[in-house]
Order: sequence, then C-alpha cells, then structure tokens
Amino acid sequence: MARRYVPVAAFAGLIVAIQLATLATGTGYHLTQLTMTAYYSLVTVGLCMLIGYAGQISLGHAGFFAVGGYVTAFLTTWNLNLHQGAFVSLLGNSGALVSRTDLYGGSLLTIHPWPACAAAILLAVAIAYLVGGPVLKLKGHYLAMATLGIGIIVYRIVLGTEFLGAADGISEVPGFPLPAGLVITGDAASRIPNYYLAWGLVILGMVLLLNLIHSRVGRALSAVHGAEDAAGAMGIPTARYKLNVFVLSAVFAAMAGVFLTHYNGGIGPSEAGVMKSVRYVAIVAIGGMANLWGSLSMSLVLNYLSLRGYFGTYDDTVFGVILILIMLFAPDGLLRRHLISDLKRVVSRNPVEEEAP
Amino acid sequence: MTLLSVRGVSKRFGGLQAVNDLSFDVATGAIKALIGPNGAGKTTIFNLISGFLPPDSGEIVFGGEEIHAMSSCEVAIRGMVRTFQHIRLFPKMTVLENIMVGRHVHSRAGFLAGMLNLPSTWREERRIREKSHEVMELLGIAAHAGTEAVSLAYGQQRLVEIGRALACEPKLLLLDEPAAGLNMRETNEMGGLIGGIRNMGVTVLLVEHDMSLVMKISDEVVVVSYGEKIAEDRPLAIQKNREVIRVYLGDDE
Repeated sequence: MARRYVPVAAFAGLIVAIQLATLATGTGYHLTQLTMTAYYSLVTVGLCMLIGYAGQISLGHAGFFAVGGYVTAFLTTWNLNLHQGAFVSLLGNSGALVSRTDLYGGSLLTIHPWPACAAAILLAVAIAYLVGGPVLKLKGHYLAMATLGIGIIVYRIVLGTEFLGAADGISEVPGFPLPAGLVITGDAASRIPNYYLAWGLVILGMVLLLNLIHSRVGRALSAVHGAEDAAGAMGIPTARYKLNVFVLSAVFAAMAGVFLTHYNGGIGPSEAGVMKSVRYVAIVAIGGMANLWGSLSMSLVLNYLSLRGYFGTYDDTVFGVILILIMLFAPDGLLRRHLISDLKRVVSRNPVEEEAP
Repeated sequence: MTLLSVRGVSKRFGGLQAVNDLSFDVATGAIKALIGPNGAGKTTIFNLISGFLPPDSGEIVFGGEEIHAMSSCEVAIRGMVRTFQHIRLFPKMTVLENIMVGRHVHSRAGFLAGMLNLPSTWREERRIREKSHEVMELLGIAAHAGTEAVSLAYGQQRLVEIGRALACEPKLLLLDEPAAGLNMRETNEMGGLIGGIRNMGVTVLLVEHDMSLVMKISDEVVVVSYGEKIAEDRPLAIQKNREVIRVYLGDDE
C-alpha cells in the first residue's frame, strides 16, 4: 500500500537472510545476541520517536526498561506459597497465579507472566505520566538533567532494595508463554523461534511508529520540535503531546525490559544504569535523530557488536565517544533525513561556485 | 458586530509599563491596523490577545467569550490565529506539511488512530491534503509544495506562514508586520492578499509599519504610543490627527 511499508518488507527480508546465513555457516549461537539486540532496538526506536521527532531528550530510558524488567521478574519469581492469605487465594481463583517447581524441586506459586507484564507496563506508564508532566516543562540540558535524575533514582532503588536482589538482581525468571506453544525463553532449543518473535515485535513496533510519524499527530510532534510556540498558536496542545510521546516511548522501553528479562531469565541493576541510557541516546543520535530506520539499523549493528564483546572493556567508552563525536561534528546525526539529497546537491554543485573567493 | 474586544488591558514588565489601560474593538469582517512608533507595545498587545502573555489586568473578549486567561492553543481552537514578526515556520518540514499542520484544529486523529493507521483517518488525511492544496493554490505557492519551507525566499516564507494560518480557517487573523522585509511590489501584493482574505470572511487585525499599506487596506486604525492608545479612527482622519503626527514626527516648534 503506502510507500512507507516498502522498507519494512526489506527489513523483514534482512532478518530472514541473517537467520539463513547463521544456519548456513553453523553459527546459530549468534542468534542469541541478535535476539537481545532486537529487544534493545525496541527501546531505541521508541526513544527515536521522543528525541528525533518530538525533540525531547531523555537520559533516563534505561530506568523505564528496568521498571518493566524488574516488575515482571519480581512478580514471576515471588513465591506466594510463603504468603498464603485471602488476597493470594483471590488471585489464584482469578487465574493470575501459576505453580511450578524451582531448580531444587521445591514448589513455587507465582504470578503468571501475563498479569506480571501488564503490571510492569502499567507501572511504567504511571511513572512516565507522573514525572513527565513536570519534567517536560523543561527544555534542552535542563530536561536532560532531570531525566538523568529519573534514571539514577531507578538505578539506586533497584541496587539498594533487598527483595529486588540488590546488586545481584533477580534470576530464575521463567519463560513468557505465548499462544501456539511459543515461549519467550533463552533455551537453545527455541533459539530460532525466539529470534523471529523478537524481531517480529520490533517490526510491529516500527509499523506503529511509522504510521504515527505520517499521521496528524506525527506532524504535530514535528511542529512542536521545530517551533513550539508556533505549534501552540496553531492549536496544538504542546504539553499534552509531549507527555503522550514520552509515555509512549516509556512503554516501548518497559516492554523491551519485560521481554528481555524473560528471555535472559533475569535482570540486574546494570540494566538501569546511566551508561545504558547514554547508549540508547548515542544510537538514536548516530542513527540520524529523526530517522527511525537509521536508529534501528545503528541499533542492530552496535548492540550486536557490543553483545558479542567486540568492544571489550571499552564497551561503554565506545558509546560515550560516539555521542561526543556526533554532537561535535554531525549534530543532526550520521544517517539523517535528506542525507542523500544533501550529498547529491554537494556533488552536483557548480565547481566554479565552489572556487569563488 | 464586535468580534474582538480589548477592555482596559495593562501589562507591566518590571519597571516598564508596556501596555496601559488599552481598549479597542475589532468589528466582524473588518481590517483593523495597530500602528505606533517602535517600542510602543504593539507586539506585546498581539501577545496578550493571542494568549502568549497573560494581561495583568483588564479583559479580552473574543466571540463573546473571555479569553484573557487562556493559552495560545485554546485561543487558536476558538478561531484566532496569528503570524509572527519573525517568521516561525516548522523547519525540516515541507511547505505542504507546514500548511497541513494548520488543519490540526479541524481534524481529530489521535495517537492510537495514527499508530494503527485506522481507515477512519484516511478520509481525514485526504481532506487535510485537499484543503492544504487549496490554500497553496490561493497563495500561489503550490509549486513549492514539496520544498523544505525554511529554504524558500523570505517573501514566500511569509506566504507559507499566512497559508498555515489560513488553513486553520480562523475567524480572526492576527498579522504581525506582514510586509516587513518585503520589497515594494511584494508589499503591494500583500495588500491585495489581505484584502482577499477579508473578502473570504476572515476578520484581520494587523500590526504594520508600512504606512501606505496600512492607509490603503485598513477600515480602522488604532495608534498606540508608550503602551497607551492615542487615537482610533478611519485612516484618513488618522493622517490628519495632530497627536499622531506629533508622536511620529515630533513637535513642530
């Protein structure tokens, strides 16, 4: 139908091609990192919407990722057998609980991943609404600092809270059951379906965001980005639009947190760290800011390299340096929109004009 | 019939009384000009009327509704749209997209409908495009529809800004120095355009420095000096008003 879906099909083709390549070369184990990359990409494209299109920075999105991951991890590992009572039996009767046996054969009664996921997303939405209202009144580096603060608060809370595992985080998180017998889990046996599940989710997210940027709301967000006062004078409720897109990007981050935690079987406080937030922003920046495809492709490459350990002990440094270089030399990002047309203009420019004093 | 009524409005910035007890009315269907020497408070008055600044005292009534406590967004939704002295187009958006933003208040699709690309939004999008093209045809900028708006020549950028405002189908259009930076031919065309806009049924209130333009197109002129109204009359009478001549040219001693 629309021209915007052509790259979606091409990207889906690329995902299939990568899987076939790992199959042909017997390197199927790469799919694990590629699956994790997919979930991180979900954070990145959501953040791209916020930074690139609406023009609002957030240095706290690792916080929303961690809220999603920790809530689902805690709820799906919290043994309610030790907390029997009226509320627990009410939960049990409503089908929100599930029994299983732990690693040592003991019996566990925990909340089912689906309601846990719902709770995680709801909490992320609530936090985003509560802090977004006041924080988004700020602009530029004030907004950056305030959102940085949100990230640091979440990090310190998960690091200092006993029942969230403190520095160890939460482990032994069960898989996330889906219809048709599919499970989001890191088991080597289900590596291929999980790879497709994760990237399928990313593609779904991309379609939703691509639709959004080509809609009335997308134009309004670009208008807010470009000239907020003029956007207001056109009847766009700028504060509400900024808040909504902030919450939307927080939902993307929290969903990624939920699914990656179930995939990895656990989550640790480093996922909430400031350097994770910086990494997401760096990827959006190098991807061209207002460029969903740029952010996605850069996320695919850089997260994969990082997770495979190519950056070694310089992992965080690499992303910090990327951010600095982009800000210094290409504030519009590397893969910015209009890049091709700009290059064409440079190439086709009359050389005489160039030599003029 | 009165569309806009400014009643005893004052605004102070620290020690500066920018607007002092100002009152005037704009009749439906009129072209009214607001003139005065530099620093007279004309743009402040525009900012007060359009909801960019809250007045310290006084009231502003638009279409029978008190609007002085409203934001610029709420004022725009009620049918008052402004342009800016320093053109404020949306960068990185084409001329068409800039004008399509002007249709915001006349369309509904929200975040969910946009993300899901619901069929109900298709018709709305088509109407937004059609209406935007109509506006571009009217202003003679349709040839630049796909050009990034801020890369156009100054005079054309001004047309885009007016087009964006017209796409809102306002009841009242506030033009802040529409002829600033235009050459004589362009200024003449701007005068014709403003007359055309009024003939479409849009009431116009403008701030302008170009006296020949003001005198040619306005039905009524308000003169302000140091934030106070010193005259309000028809253009011909304003030209003969001693007080107006005094503030513009100084005393003849």
